[in-house]
Amino acid sequence: MQATANGAQRARLVIVGNGMVGHHCVEQLIERGATAHFELHVFGEERQRAYDRVHLSEYFTGSCAETLALCAPDYYSRHGVHLHLGETVLDIDRERRELVTAEGRLGYDQLILATGSYPFVPPIEGSSGNARLVYRTLEDLDAIRAAAADARRGVVVGGGLLGLEAANALKSLGLEAHVVEFAPRLMPVQLDSEGGAALKARIEALGVGVHLSRATQSISPGEQYRYRMNFDGGEHLETDLIVFSAGIRPQDALGRACGLEIAARGGVVIDSQCGTCDPRIFAIGECASWNGSVFGLVAPGYAMARNLAARLLGEAADDFTGADMSTKLKLLGVDVGSIGDAHGATPGSRSYRFIDEANSAYRRLVVDASGKHVLGAVLVGDNSYYDTLLQYAQNGIALPADPAALILPQGGGAPALGADALPDSATICSCHNVSKGAVCAAIDSGCGDLAAVKGCTKAASGCGGCAALLKQVFEHELTARGVTVDKSLCEHFAYTRQELYGLVRVEGIRTFGELLERHGKGHVGCDICKPAVGNILASCWNQPIMDPALVPLQDTNDTFMANMQKNGTYSVVPRIPGGEITPQKLIVIGQVAQKYDLYTKITGGQRIDLFGAQLHELPLIWGELIAAGFETGHAYGKSTRTVKSCVGSTWCRYGVQDSVAMALRLEDRYKGLRSPHKLKFAVSGCTRECAEAQSKDIGVIATDKGWNLYVCGNGGMRPRHAELFATDLDDETLVRLIDRVLMFYIRTADKLQRTSVWREGLEGGLEYLKQVVIDDSLGLAAELEAQMQQVVDRYECEWANALGDPEKLKRFRTFVNDQRADPDVHFVRERGQRRPAAPLQLIPTHEEAM
Amino acid sequence: MSLSNTAVASETRWQAVCQAGDLVADSGVVVWHEGEQVALFYLPGQGRELYAVGNRDPRSGANIIGRGLVASLGATVVVAAPLYKQHFCLQNGNCLEDQTQRLPVWPVRIRGMTVELGQRLR
Repeated sequence: MQATANGAQRARLVIVGNGMVGHHCVEQLIERGATAHFELHVFGEERQRAYDRVHLSEYFTGSCAETLALCAPDYYSRHGVHLHLGETVLDIDRERRELVTAEGRLGYDQLILATGSYPFVPPIEGSSGNARLVYRTLEDLDAIRAAAADARRGVVVGGGLLGLEAANALKSLGLEAHVVEFAPRLMPVQLDSEGGAALKARIEALGVGVHLSRATQSISPGEQYRYRMNFDGGEHLETDLIVFSAGIRPQDALGRACGLEIAARGGVVIDSQCGTCDPRIFAIGECASWNGSVFGLVAPGYAMARNLAARLLGEAADDFTGADMSTKLKLLGVDVGSIGDAHGATPGSRSYRFIDEANSAYRRLVVDASGKHVLGAVLVGDNSYYDTLLQYAQNGIALPADPAALILPQGGGAPALGADALPDSATICSCHNVSKGAVCAAIDSGCGDLAAVKGCTKAASGCGGCAALLKQVFEHELTARGVTVDKSLCEHFAYTRQELYGLVRVEGIRTFGELLERHGKGHVGCDICKPAVGNILASCWNQPIMDPALVPLQDTNDTFMANMQKNGTYSVVPRIPGGEITPQKLIVIGQVAQKYDLYTKITGGQRIDLFGAQLHELPLIWGELIAAGFETGHAYGKSTRTVKSCVGSTWCRYGVQDSVAMALRLEDRYKGLRSPHKLKFAVSGCTRECAEAQSKDIGVIATDKGWNLYVCGNGGMRPRHAELFATDLDDETLVRLIDRVLMFYIRTADKLQRTSVWREGLEGGLEYLKQVVIDDSLGLAAELEAQMQQVVDRYECEWANALGDPEKLKRFRTFVNDQRADPDVHFVRERGQRRPAAPLQLIPTHEEAM
Repeated sequence: MSLSNTAVASETRWQAVCQAGDLVADSGVVVWHEGEQVALFYLPGQGRELYAVGNRDPRSGANIIGRGLVASLGATVVVAAPLYKQHFCLQNGNCLEDQTQRLPVWPVRIRGMTVELGQRLR
């Protein structure tokens, strides 16, 4: 026992082995607060702290030891765990309860063996040096890399899962790779002969040699290559290096030496609580044998680690009752899946098989004698069938009338199992062992959205592969509980934006008050419905947003027609159509910026942003800009922003159309158009695409014959390439199609939904959009164009409108009863311009009563 | 000490700050009042038509509350701060999302054509 600072006694818990399972056990212990009760020691034979052996081959394709590491360098020390790396445990003195290492002895109260396994190398005459490499540790990989340096060809002995991984590693080192397998097929444990054949065909197509039913008798010096492998049939294969991957053996030497019970086929014998015959010693992972079996996958090892950690801390823990060895892998880029009784070994079982020799794809479904339940499956070439088949197999779900449909090619991808068909025990997230029942429990305990369910259960927070399934289950369960997903805009309107748009248009509603009275609740509205309705009214009728009935609807940016910045001042963006500007206008912008001391920056949309204006300065600044011929740039609105362009055929030797002229035409047409979210355009003069049109809501790229139109692209947080919508359009058709796309978007999108998200949610996708816009499948085209024309005809520069109306200008007063500027706005100078002072300096002096 | 100490002062000292015509319906304006910035919100036709709260947004430190959007959330009339969109009750100045944020409030009334403020309540 160890005395802690406060005198409490902590038992000493020692973990021998710092591989994936040993490390997972430490993590589980720390997570459960073990360091309060135990003094933890971890011994690792390797110098490297625990790393990801599953992705070992990435060591040859860019990953280094550090990126493969399973935790931060200070993880152990930060949690007060003593990590002894490069220190081999030589013996366990069970009588004195001490470990023996080269450094000395260390007493233990409890001990966990997590020593893993070692590669089995069959005794073959002449195998040594580069003819006796193995594939297990980073050191092994260093040895392989060194051997490969002056080699042309490499052979892997063993065509199992790890052997194929090793072959992949040799291939990525630039070697001609061969696989030699003793059995008549690849992956004999997981695949049947047809599956093995399909995999062989695929791997050979990748340039990897596959030699089956070969037993290596001896290794002798080669003629063309360094070594010659002599097979028992008299054939031979020459190579420069040989990697053995013919299976693993439990690393149970310590257990044997100290007299623990060892299984017939190796491994320290454990019970379902991971206990050995010594009550103070436990074993987990590949060094342990449960019920005569050693589990050579990481998931069962993790399960043992998790259960044991819980049990050591006195928590309720599951028993280890064996593991499902179903696997889904990508080997040398080929999908391979194996579920349950893949070989159909169960008496009475029957199989359905799908063989596609043209594409080397194979699928087998093994069902029980009754034909009602899945026993197993084999997949080669396409794992999209895996998840559904696994759910059927693991949860005993009754098969559909035609089970073959589960493995036959489907027009729309693999058939998915509905969320309702899954039993509560179905595993949704295998990384964190979350069942459907756990998800349901989380919903019942009040998790109202997907994020809450993820936070509560940890589901979909591992590899994330189950995210789609989780969402499906979540939504299905909500519906099952009678919860309709509420799509009301807010508490004042039980309608979606699209529905409100329809009401406004059909009933000719012109004000918020009118809409609220007829279709809403209350008298005031809120900061969700007011801007949304203001936006709909503007999209429909395009009245000046400074009209008294509309002013209270706008967010501050629309109200004051400028963009509020962090210190309450505004930025001003005059429209510079297509990014084209005369020197004279450029000078005016410079003069205005100088006069009002505005911070000046070029924007991404080919215009100029002027920062730091106070409310009362906005009309003065705009007075000068409008006098020089500028218009508002609508940088503050959910509306058309800019049409970016390259110089096009006018100047550029590659340009094939006048992109600037087209950009000017588009910007002039759509300026002032209010929409569910901002709209960005670009026009490129040739296929080199200098205007980056494919990242815009509306992108236009010149061709020899006219214009290609791209729609629904997006930069920003979630970039999305615009999709090619129509090709070789003349000017008039281009504009007509853009009219229709934009108006259809305005009519049907949700509030604050960019075209990219709208398009992704559009049932029927791009094809549907083409049908509506190009083929006029809804008979809407003329109406959409007419609506757009109405908006275009009513365009008016909002700032010019406001400056002409003294009543509207009254709003641009910092104080309605005082001429002073806001005394709390402070600037400092940086790089020749002013910028907001640090927050501390912003705090007003009259703070005392707050 | 007599109990009268706990009673609200019977006589509020009212001070004119601006004209009723300076107010903007369903929206806010700001007045400079004895060294402080006060945001006035005018909701004609509602149960209570006029509110006065501090103009400084405690979260950003900027004087912007008067430029926020007026909203009703349930029975509470609130203003949404323009920068970070947190809501303040116009009646008592409390922030709905964060108890540590609070706006000072003033009694406010319209006398004839004049808007008047009383002493700040908190």
